[in-house]
Amino acid sequence: MGGILRAIFEPGFFSSGPVHVALLVGGVVAVVCGIVGMFTVMRGQSYAAHGLGDISATGGAGSFLLGISPIWGFAGTSVVAAGIMDLIGVQRVRGRDLATGIVRGAGLGLAALFLYWDTTRTSTTGAPVTILFGSLFTINSSLIWTIALFSVAAAGLIAVLYRPLLLSSVSADLAYVRGISVRVVGVLALAALALAVSLSAMTIGAILSTALLVGPAATALRLTSRPGPMMAWSALISLAATWLGVLLAYDSYYWPALPVDHDLGRQGWPVSFFVVVLILIFFLLARARRDQRGKGTCSAPS
Amino acid sequence: MNGLSVRLGGREVLHDVSFTLRRGEFVGLIGANGAGKTTLMRVILGLLQPAAGEILIGGRPRGRRAGAVGYVPQKIQLDPDMPLRARDLVGLGLDGNRLGFPLPSRSRRALVDEMLRAVNAEHIAQARVGNLSGGEQQRILIAHALISRPALLLLDEPLANLDIASEQEVVALLARIAREQQIAVLISAHEMNPLLPVMDRIVYMAKGRAASGPTDDVVRDDVLSELYGSHVDVIRLHGRILVVAGRGDGLDILADDGHGHDADPAATVGTVRTGTG
Repeated sequence: MGGILRAIFEPGFFSSGPVHVALLVGGVVAVVCGIVGMFTVMRGQSYAAHGLGDISATGGAGSFLLGISPIWGFAGTSVVAAGIMDLIGVQRVRGRDLATGIVRGAGLGLAALFLYWDTTRTSTTGAPVTILFGSLFTINSSLIWTIALFSVAAAGLIAVLYRPLLLSSVSADLAYVRGISVRVVGVLALAALALAVSLSAMTIGAILSTALLVGPAATALRLTSRPGPMMAWSALISLAATWLGVLLAYDSYYWPALPVDHDLGRQGWPVSFFVVVLILIFFLLARARRDQRGKGTCSAPS
Repeated sequence: MNGLSVRLGGREVLHDVSFTLRRGEFVGLIGANGAGKTTLMRVILGLLQPAAGEILIGGRPRGRRAGAVGYVPQKIQLDPDMPLRARDLVGLGLDGNRLGFPLPSRSRRALVDEMLRAVNAEHIAQARVGNLSGGEQQRILIAHALISRPALLLLDEPLANLDIASEQEVVALLARIAREQQIAVLISAHEMNPLLPVMDRIVYMAKGRAASGPTDDVVRDDVLSELYGSHVDVIRLHGRILVVAGRGDGLDILADDGHGHDADPAATVGTVRTGTG
């Protein structure tokens, strides 16, 4: 038994400071993304979430130039972009996708410029990897409170708005008749999404941030027909993928070195890679289980 | 309050429309496409503001007070992927406007069950709403609208896209609900035939104006002619009522079966059958 545990948890896993921070921050962010992601998937805003992730890369890259933590850059640009998306008008699907696509393209262009300056004009040569693909093991523990604040805000918004948001997602007309301000609810939900995207960008990177928001919720959709349990499953799957990802990334340091590693010595694999792959595996498992039960097929959520 | 009056006067789409609905009454809002039925419903719901006139519910002006008016929209796009069971949607009719999560409670569950029973939908309570048929979704939406105990229930073209059997089932269901729950049911349709057996009164709309009263008092040559602003004949023929425009030769009687027949609403203002319920 002890041998198996030692094989799973390589030496020092439980005593490593960066691992503690990674488990704590990664866990909190995973749960928040699972909760917010449920409505992202339900409201068909996956592409908007993707756009916000890309745009947040611009802020993250810019924050290196300003010498502040990338979390402020991620959150700042993502919230502002969410506001712009709402102003442009997201009533029609085509208009919404075009607006997202155009803003996102411009944002990525700026991100490319900022990242170029980051690497050439500042000493932070690791900036592109940190911004685009995350930095869960190198999160400064002084940021924990900021991340906690953003997490409480995002998850709190969704929890408070749960029922009006659910009814608005089913039908705007039905929600209005029940006395709900559909517009206000929609804007606040988009703000929660923007915050969750910036948190996800901190842990698994701006480019991959949507994976944590969309993947677990899409998987949960195949496990239950009820909104409450869907939210719980989504948070749980997201948490499992993140924690297992942290463990595998830590263990990978002890795995046999790849031929390309010889010059550099031992190198671990990036945690974002494991998280994203685990999310995909969970999704495929849920899909297979559903097909097996013959409960009818569902089109893949967009 | 027993009395429930609705009065409003708009300028263009609706011109000086007035009528009163009482609890327990089943009222048909009849008119061709474009007559202003949906506009009227949206005004009653508060989705549109009337240019003039007022709407009184239970003797008071309608506010944003949730629950006074129940509404079943004409069609609603429900994604089959939407993780929402029929009973969840009914529950949202009760407290969907409240903040936070719904707390499980015995009385809430009992009330949802009661509403599902009232619309004969107990057997589909656990199914995803997106996977239900059009008629089943409609019954769930009726339960969703009823659960807040509204004084007035509005249904926008609930018989569109239903086959004859479901049509009669929905009409009988709504008539029973109006009687049992003592609420006013206002149902819009471009075809009054299926409603005739149960309709207490009719609100007949044409060109943004309305005439209301018992069916036999409204569906008459003189009343409808005045409403349309040109001569109209109401012909009762072999148990069917034909409402036709024009005088003398070349009388163009549209005698189809009613479904989707508004090719020329100016010439033919409606086809009505009686006694086929």
